[in-house]
Amino acid sequence: MKKIGSKLIDWIDERYDLTPVRNLLLHKKVPEHRHSVWYYMGGVTLFLFLVQLFTGILLLLYYRPGEDSAYESVRFIVTEVKFGWLIRNVHSWSANLLVLFAFIHMFSVFFSKAYQKPRELTWVSGFIILVLSLAFGFSGYLLPWNELAFFATKVGTDIVGVVPVIGEPLKILLRGGDEVTGATLSRFFGIHVAILPAIFTLFLVMHLLFIQRQGMHEPEHFKNLPEEKKKYIPFFPDFALKDLLLWVVVFNILIFLALYSPWELGNKADAFASAPSGIRPEWYFMFMFQSLKLLPAHILFLEGELLGVLFFGVAGFIWMLVPYIKVKHRPNWKIQLLTLIGIIIVAFIVIMTVLGYIL
Amino acid sequence: MGKRFYYFLLCTLTVSFLFGFAFSEKENKKADQNQKVDQCFTCHKEIDNLPKDFSENDIHRHANLSCSSCHGGDPNSDDQDVAMSPSKGFVGVPKRKDIPKFCGKCHSNINIMRVYQPRIATDQVEQYYTSVHGKKLLAGDENVAECSSCHTAHSILPAKDPRSSVYALNVPNTCNKCHGNSSLMKNYNIPVNQLEEYSKSVHGIALLKNKDISAPACNDCHGNHGATPPGLKSISHVCGTCHVSNMEFFNATRMAKAFEEQDFHGCEQCHGNHGVQKPNDEMIGVGKESKCTDCHSEGDKGYNVSKNIYSSLTKLKKEYDTANAKYLEVRQKGMNDVEIGFQLQDAKQALIQSRTLIHTFDSVKVGAKVKEGIEFSNKASMLAQKEIDDYSTRRNGFAIATLAFLVFVIALYFKIKDKEKKAS
Repeated sequence: MKKIGSKLIDWIDERYDLTPVRNLLLHKKVPEHRHSVWYYMGGVTLFLFLVQLFTGILLLLYYRPGEDSAYESVRFIVTEVKFGWLIRNVHSWSANLLVLFAFIHMFSVFFSKAYQKPRELTWVSGFIILVLSLAFGFSGYLLPWNELAFFATKVGTDIVGVVPVIGEPLKILLRGGDEVTGATLSRFFGIHVAILPAIFTLFLVMHLLFIQRQGMHEPEHFKNLPEEKKKYIPFFPDFALKDLLLWVVVFNILIFLALYSPWELGNKADAFASAPSGIRPEWYFMFMFQSLKLLPAHILFLEGELLGVLFFGVAGFIWMLVPYIKVKHRPNWKIQLLTLIGIIIVAFIVIMTVLGYIL
Repeated sequence: MGKRFYYFLLCTLTVSFLFGFAFSEKENKKADQNQKVDQCFTCHKEIDNLPKDFSENDIHRHANLSCSSCHGGDPNSDDQDVAMSPSKGFVGVPKRKDIPKFCGKCHSNINIMRVYQPRIATDQVEQYYTSVHGKKLLAGDENVAECSSCHTAHSILPAKDPRSSVYALNVPNTCNKCHGNSSLMKNYNIPVNQLEEYSKSVHGIALLKNKDISAPACNDCHGNHGATPPGLKSISHVCGTCHVSNMEFFNATRMAKAFEEQDFHGCEQCHGNHGVQKPNDEMIGVGKESKCTDCHSEGDKGYNVSKNIYSSLTKLKKEYDTANAKYLEVRQKGMNDVEIGFQLQDAKQALIQSRTLIHTFDSVKVGAKVKEGIEFSNKASMLAQKEIDDYSTRRNGFAIATLAFLVFVIALYFKIKDKEKKAS
């Protein structure tokens, strides 16, 4: 078996010269230290994206967008199609875990300062991937066309409408009209299965190439070690095998969640029905949603909601440009300013999310 | 062209402004005149002598009717003697006994009323005189209710307006103003606890607590203007206006005739009147709460029929509950519940119909419907069990998959350790 594999590689190598690919794979070494565990977070996120891709394609075989068919087709998938329940639930769970691991990956990169020169573009592309993942989540949430998704989308797109000047036209563009209708569903479907995957793949490839080209970031304490004390393992196959091990465990957890905690389909969306109680966005939008809810109706001469939306927009943009922000290093400070800001942001996200569920 | 155009524009604007000003002045004067017309309101307001229950929202006031429309007199004169002169048709406050006719001057005249509401009824006064209230008023009893007792005199609102004293939700309290007054009711030998009983009844809870205005208030059974206690014969018709099938089944039985002969009050005999409760299966059968054993005793035919009906019903209820519990389990497990839901809907429908068929007092008819319901319940149970079994299969599959993953993970772990050993 091994021989056939080598023969095949030799056959390709002879014709296409695989040296650049081999170099790209083999030159990279992964530092081994007490914080090495964070190196795996990006890999898990990538794995979950692959799961999304695979299960998404399978769902596409049966899913039919449209006011009269979307809900029915999802119900058909989970009730009649062999293993359809598994594919749909894995897709939903994997989407949530993907966003969770993307957040963990991003904050681990932030706190280890891995975004600093020369990895600025890796950070920017990574942030764009996170935003695209959120857009995937928002657009995919509507696709089953159930009551909760319908009203959550209504609320979500209403928030977009608050943005001055471009808000209203953007809301109409997203909805395909004044209200959330079948036209919105068609749009969201197109965005979810064609537009977003295309852009996402582009940024993902860039992100991976940057990492592969520049290698893993070495934290400050590791860099300061004498050369003979620095320990590395080759990315391929050693680190890749460890990655694989974690992926298998995550996959098993995914199936466990799909089986023991399936995503309820609920009732079909009805524009004329009154909104059900407990409409809330997906958990990863909760901190923004809760903040907007807690803001007063008016702050000075501006609407509270508008100010909140603008704040999150500007804050997100600044966050993306973090590698370009120069903050003076103060050796006598126990916690550096940017790290402190990072801790405050994490605390804010966690507290607002928890408040969103208990209030 | 430039200068001429600006002159022309300036002139046009000036003329328009002056014309608009003059027109608005004219309108204001007209409005002032209209205000001045109703001298009754102006003077009574000035001397703070408007009726106690006066409301600006009164329907008549909104229809531009003045005080004089009902009370007569001259609303254009600010001289009290002229305005309130009998020669000007002033009638003042009508006597209680005259109030129905007083309101009927307009409300019984279709030519007047159709101006305001083309499809309005004009037989209220006629109906009123057929009611107990109306008859007693004619007989000289001035303690009974007339129009203003329910509708008020000067804050009348349409019955559909939630602020109205005769809006469905307010009717029980409006009737209770008199019917809950023991000193007033003792002369008629009528109990005063109707509202208390009604509030605890299935109808009262639906209306007063759940604000369901489709639930019956006092007037839905007793009538509005023709308010009369339902008689022995009419009681099943009263209940039957909503509970149609129950009435039809009951009236077609021999029991209906027997009830009449015994002076029993149709539905009320078993279900009560103001305090009617949600019926339960224990009302049939031969148990402690049975209504049948009030008349039937062991050994007679009715006793056995009641026993059989109870047995059939409880059997269906048990089967339905079992199927429903399994259905909930299926839903909780996220399995396919669609077809089970349909079967259960049919089973529930059969259960409701079986309960309605009790009023035929025919155990064969009830039994046939129960059989139908049991079939639906059993099918639902069977389908639910299949789904629950499928879920177990999935769990077993997951256990096998986890085992395979575990073997793979262990193998990978040893492979990594082996590599690390070789590297060091």
